Amino acid sequence: MLRESLSRTRQAFIGKLTAVFGASELTDDTWDEVEALLIQADLGVETALEVTQTLRRKVSSEGLTTRVQLKTALKETLLEMLPEPSPLALDEPRQLSVVLVVGTNGSGKTTTIAKLARRFADQGRRPILAAADTFRAAAIDQLKVWGERVNVPVIAAQPGADPGAVTYDAIRAARARGYDLLFVDTAGRLHTKYNLMEELKKVHHVAAKNVHEAPHEVWLVLDGITGQNALQQAKHFKADVGVTGVIVTKLDSSARGGMIFSITRDLDLPVRYIGIGEGLDDLIPFSAPDFVAALLD
Amino acid sequence: MPVFEGLSGRLQDIFKDLRKRGKLNEADVDNALREIRLALLEADVHYSVVKAFTRRVRERAVGVEVAKSLTPGQQVVKIVHEELIRTLGHSGQLDLRGNTPHVVMLVGLQGSGKTTTAAKLALHLRKQGQIPLMVAADTYRPAAVDQLVALGKQLNIPVHEEGVDRAPTDIAYNGVEKGKRENASLVIIDTAGRLQIDPDMMDELVSIRDRVSPAEILLVADAMTGQEAVNIAEGFNNQVGLTGLILTKIDGDARGGAAISMREVTGVPIKFLGTSEKADGLEVFHPDRLSSRILGMGDVLSLIERAETLEIEEEEALAMQQKMRTASFTLEDFRKQLKQMKKLGSLNQILEMAGLGQAVDQIEPEALDRQLKVFEAIMNSMTPHERERPRILNASRRKRIAAGSGTSVQDVNQLIKQFQTAQRMMKKLSKQKLPANFRGLLG
Repeated sequence: MLRESLSRTRQAFIGKLTAVFGASELTDDTWDEVEALLIQADLGVETALEVTQTLRRKVSSEGLTTRVQLKTALKETLLEMLPEPSPLALDEPRQLSVVLVVGTNGSGKTTTIAKLARRFADQGRRPILAAADTFRAAAIDQLKVWGERVNVPVIAAQPGADPGAVTYDAIRAARARGYDLLFVDTAGRLHTKYNLMEELKKVHHVAAKNVHEAPHEVWLVLDGITGQNALQQAKHFKADVGVTGVIVTKLDSSARGGMIFSITRDLDLPVRYIGIGEGLDDLIPFSAPDFVAALLD
Repeated sequence: MPVFEGLSGRLQDIFKDLRKRGKLNEADVDNALREIRLALLEADVHYSVVKAFTRRVRERAVGVEVAKSLTPGQQVVKIVHEELIRTLGHSGQLDLRGNTPHVVMLVGLQGSGKTTTAAKLALHLRKQGQIPLMVAADTYRPAAVDQLVALGKQLNIPVHEEGVDRAPTDIAYNGVEKGKRENASLVIIDTAGRLQIDPDMMDELVSIRDRVSPAEILLVADAMTGQEAVNIAEGFNNQVGLTGLILTKIDGDARGGAAISMREVTGVPIKFLGTSEKADGLEVFHPDRLSSRILGMGDVLSLIERAETLEIEEEEALAMQQKMRTASFTLEDFRKQLKQMKKLGSLNQILEMAGLGQAVDQIEPEALDRQLKVFEAIMNSMTPHERERPRILNASRRKRIAAGSGTSVQDVNQLIKQFQTAQRMMKKLSKQKLPANFRGLLG
């Protein structure tokens, strides 16, 4: 399914890739073209250069010559950059696990939370949602609609209410009503906004103070079309609220999500899920081999 | 982004010993363009757009006379900046000729900021005398209609909505009809976010377009967009036909290279920038500001500008820096600095880069612009002596200054307070190593 949606508009990209790897001789142009293709997949110049150099070393040390070999080597190189992540903290048995979902405006937090709730409910968990985006007009309504669709309760206050207070209420409600997994939907904010990041820290603090070792996961929702700024976002959100993983949304678009390589490498943040459509089931666990295969096949 | 942090430094290093007279030769240009290429790619300008762009610059630059005050590298950067401004094009006004109501359709991907922008645009144009009506034609995203209704209520702008069960095309049409009946001069249609590769959803846009014949079809795009910007812009332009672009979330620290990509593939003008979450966070687009932001070479550019137009002597700049460091910095200096900053146009970005994001967050860019004007007026009403010795500003002096500048004593007080804050900031900064980009601004 991932491959299908990821490859939807990759024909042009793949066509070029085939042309590169189909060339009978490897010249400087070949490497420039590989680099260009990686840059166009949003890996960024530095990472694209690094991958190209590694690939080049591999080709010369292993004496690779054919197109298939070259492609396999590129795949390997990319895969090596996406190490197997540690298991989810949510898998440990616990009375109440708390997940903070954060990100910039419009990255897809609310929709992602609905999909997460559905996924974990299907696994036998009892999720509950906190509508802590009290800023954006109708964000609360949006989460409530989703809550009804996935049949998961939503704890909400009035627009403009304190997000920390909503989180606190949700923790209490979860405990009182026996829910074991709380997703906190926070307002979208640019990582450069000092006051808004302080507000987010407060939400984090409320969770930490009221639930042992919470938040157990802090997931940064990244829009799949984001370019090199994704690394800055991840850096800031990690520094401020201890992001533990990344969810890349909207990968059913023609975007390739190559920025995850530098995020994984520089910040040691695993990608946990990817969003591949607007349907409730269109959030799937991230698989590095599938991702890389979809990027190149 | 290490590439950026070192960029200006590297450029200057390359040409440090090359202060020479004469014309730019191919080697000069290629050396500089290597760095420029990196800067543009890191700013998310599309690969092939960068290629075409650097080719254009190369053609223009080789053989150009190096200005007396510049190094060859700086000369190339100057040409790049000019070419970027040219590529970004003029600030595009909305085409609101013809019969009212003028219909404006907002289109774009999910999460690009269409709904918020609809409200901002309505508010912006109402200030210019338009009578706006907003139409909630996004029936897909849960609560999108509620969101537009809530925004309309906040801003006291009417919203036409028919829930989520009618076809968006009908809603759009009915909205325009309602606008006609109620004498609205402007109808802004908020459409659902969609991927340009989704044929059904794109057909829907075409059918809305054909029903309401919009004067403007604006693509709302996120400033953080990466290499995909070309496909997105091309997709929407080819299928629906765009008349302009609005770049949102420009208040983040993304360089916004997507703007160049989108301009290049569509040829339509950039009309507005979304600069904050607030309802008035919509600015008319200025190509020079965006260019310097995309290049990320504010310090090099300001240096060039100073060398060329301000002609500040090296010693004077150094003296200023010294003053700032020792905090023997007066209102006169403050005034000069404000003037220069205004020319740079990106105080916001400079403060961000200097690690003073906190300060930026407390000042809205638009408000800042207004405030700078007020401050300037106040300082112009002071005597040179007062500017050198702000401490002597007693109540009667403040009253006179307020009267002279057409402001209030509170405004004068605020300026003095801000000045003292700036002074403290300088003191604080002088204790640490000044970040490179801020140094560029100071000296």
